[in-house]
Amino acid sequence: MKISYHLILLVLLGSLLIIMGLLTNGGIFNTRSLQGMAFQLPLLGLFSIAQMVPMISGGIDLSIISCANLVGILSAFVLSKRGDLFSIIASCLLGIALAGSIGILNGTLIAFMSIPPIIATLGTMLLFKGIALVITKGYIISGLAERFLVLGNGTLFGIPIPLLVFLGIVIISWFILNRTKYGVTIYMFGSNPVATKFSGIDVKKLVLLTYMFSSLIAGLAGLVMIARFNAAQAAYGESYLLLTVLTCVLGGVSPSGGKGGVLGVVIAVVILQIVSTGFNLLKLSSHLANALWGIILVGVIVTNRTLTLKKE
Amino acid sequence: MKVELYLLVVLIALSLVFYFFNPKFFSLENIFDMLRNNAFLGIMVLGELVVLISGGIDVSLTAIATVAQYIMGILLVQNYLNNILVTMLIPVAVGLVLGIVNAIFIYYSRVHPVIITISTLNIFYGLLIFLTQGKWLYRFPSFFRRFSKINIITLVNQKGVPYGLSIFVILWFSLAILTWIILSYFSIGRKVYALGGNQEAARRAGFSVFKIYIFTYGYAGALAGFASFVQAQLSQIIQPNAIVGRELDILAAAILGGASIFGGSGTVLGVVLGTILIAIIRNGLILMRISSYWHELVIGVLFVIAASIVLLRRRQKRRKVVYQ
Repeated sequence: MKISYHLILLVLLGSLLIIMGLLTNGGIFNTRSLQGMAFQLPLLGLFSIAQMVPMISGGIDLSIISCANLVGILSAFVLSKRGDLFSIIASCLLGIALAGSIGILNGTLIAFMSIPPIIATLGTMLLFKGIALVITKGYIISGLAERFLVLGNGTLFGIPIPLLVFLGIVIISWFILNRTKYGVTIYMFGSNPVATKFSGIDVKKLVLLTYMFSSLIAGLAGLVMIARFNAAQAAYGESYLLLTVLTCVLGGVSPSGGKGGVLGVVIAVVILQIVSTGFNLLKLSSHLANALWGIILVGVIVTNRTLTLKKE
Repeated sequence: MKVELYLLVVLIALSLVFYFFNPKFFSLENIFDMLRNNAFLGIMVLGELVVLISGGIDVSLTAIATVAQYIMGILLVQNYLNNILVTMLIPVAVGLVLGIVNAIFIYYSRVHPVIITISTLNIFYGLLIFLTQGKWLYRFPSFFRRFSKINIITLVNQKGVPYGLSIFVILWFSLAILTWIILSYFSIGRKVYALGGNQEAARRAGFSVFKIYIFTYGYAGALAGFASFVQAQLSQIIQPNAIVGRELDILAAAILGGASIFGGSGTVLGVVLGTILIAIIRNGLILMRISSYWHELVIGVLFVIAASIVLLRRRQKRRKVVYQ
């Protein structure tokens, strides 16, 4: 079942590549578009991983984007004034620490106060965006330290650094989800929270850790985002929010929890990126790409549904 | 009635605070203005309420409203319409159809409605912007402009400027009453509550789940269409990006009003009060001359507190709570 779904995704990916390749006369495979994709993909990828972990646990995190923006703004405050290596590292650590505390707040609301994840994170999303707006008064903080921008625009041996960051997070998340006790219990909790509780697992701690994990990755994505744009603002990247849910579901993560994994989500992110880059090359509106993503998602769900129905 | 009572207490307390800072708050002119400006949100929330009660969720309502409004706008600009009633019904019909599309997808895919409606949000909105290039529509016929100025009650303030209770407020409240009647006295309304309370039980009791889906999403879509008419009336310009992006505002107002994300509970009075609460906060903060950057923050804090209180009370009642 799991393998067959990945197969569907890979077939979809392959056919999209062929279609786009034919339509653009191979333009999608030249160095410039590949380079472009490699710089754009990591941001959506990081946000998708941040969304995936709570979704596997049966929850959702709507606050990832506003968390990323708040982290970005805090770090940008330092980075727009100082450019020495110490300040850069300190500001990044400060941002990540803020992301961690945001995760603790989300996790506390959900685990200890029993607020459903969708409501708790909807509330904190409004809250963090509000704080970000109050701090920045809606202005953009720009002109960050040169050396910091490498995180968003630099390359190492020809590979974009954001892509390396993304791959690093993919490997870490894969390892945590598949090779640690914590990872296995997330799946267990996602498929049956009551049973998990009665097997003697500290579910409150589990939920707290899940949302911390999500916020930490979102915070990192926030740093990559400000480095790419060379600016921070309260409302960057808001269109990513619903898109991350879309990539997760397309990648095989069940919204009711317990299913899905890093590999599927990564393939889904690549599919979305190819559609978007292909449309760009064909000079088609990005809104049409949005519509197509929706159609792909509904199509995949229906296909998946019919396939599983036949098996049953 | 508990949630409504709490909301009412908070509403009155907040109003007194705002009145203390700025006596203009309680002027009829301000209250009428505030209600008119929130009629759009209020009508959208009514539709979301019905979907929430049925145990679903619809985040595509803003896209439905945008499409419905745009189709009406094109017909208006091209002078195909000359009657306000027909003009009003066009977005309602479009909304109804798009809502039914949602219902069909949700029923046949058996996937959580949030996923399907996120997809349809992208599909409806993406196709609309692609086909129309996001052009703004304005210069509507005069009958369309005249209708927006209709007031039920007209008064004159101290400076001699007339003001009044806009017809849209009356329409909002009439739709609220209609929704309340449907939910409380019609068999389909009771079925919506039953489905949200326990889907399996509703199915075994012999209810057609498909028909209930068609009703809830269709009704929400139709109300979204009507709300988009109100929004176009108030702004007299149709911008495709004016409504999309407010889906979480709608959800926040509904949940603040006591609608449960788990389905089965929520009342019309509650969500109307929830909408008015958000309206009062925005308005009061403006009258207190607090910069608009604070609005989101205050509403966010309030939302978190409200959700905590409702959920803590729920836990005391020992109903099924997963994260215990």
